[in-house]
Amino acid sequence: MILTIKYFGQIAEITQKDEESLTFSGNLISELLDLLHSKYSGLKLKEFQVAQNQELVTLDTELSGAEIALLPPFAGG
Amino acid sequence: METKKPKNIFKYGAISSEFIGNSIYKHQTKTSIGAHNIFLGQVRADDIDRKIVAAIEYTAYEDMANQKFHEIREAAFEKFDLTCMHIYHSLGTVKAGEICLFVFVSSPRRKVVFEALEYIVEAIKADVPVFGKEIFEDETHQWKKNT
Repeated sequence: MILTIKYFGQIAEITQKDEESLTFSGNLISELLDLLHSKYSGLKLKEFQVAQNQELVTLDTELSGAEIALLPPFAGG
Repeated sequence: METKKPKNIFKYGAISSEFIGNSIYKHQTKTSIGAHNIFLGQVRADDIDRKIVAAIEYTAYEDMANQKFHEIREAAFEKFDLTCMHIYHSLGTVKAGEICLFVFVSSPRRKVVFEALEYIVEAIKADVPVFGKEIFEDETHQWKKNT
């Protein structure tokens, strides 16, 4: 499936981009993260949550969404 | 009537005192209200290892953030007897001393607005994907994290 991956804040500093499209054949969020960690080694040092179609998900969640976002700690307010 | 669709609560730059004052003024026609409560988040000139925060540059996952604001709003109306509620958050650069968050709740009675405002502000801090880059006076930066 084709995924749109969005990066924010300090995560976007590591990936050097705000967004990219990836063709991915895995089933789980954790598998996608394995791929992203191998692509961007700096991610390992960073704290982030993952959202799928704008809802937070866990590592063992099945990939179903077209839009995945890597969200660093929130700082609103 | 309160709108049920997620709306855009972001404003570019600082939230001015004129805007806040005007919001209060607009409620004078809503005479069932007996109590307002307002939270203003202000950018603090934190001193971190002898470097002073000059500004915060805010970014957000805007679609998700507006959806979360909408959920917080719906939950607050469900939980508390509110007449109306307004939230505005800054995007872009807000200098130390300027306002970056404006939450305004109104109800017939005072006790409700004290509880509701705290509930809403804590939910915003915990659940809304807004990111803050703290820019120091020497133009280096670090990333803010809510605690």
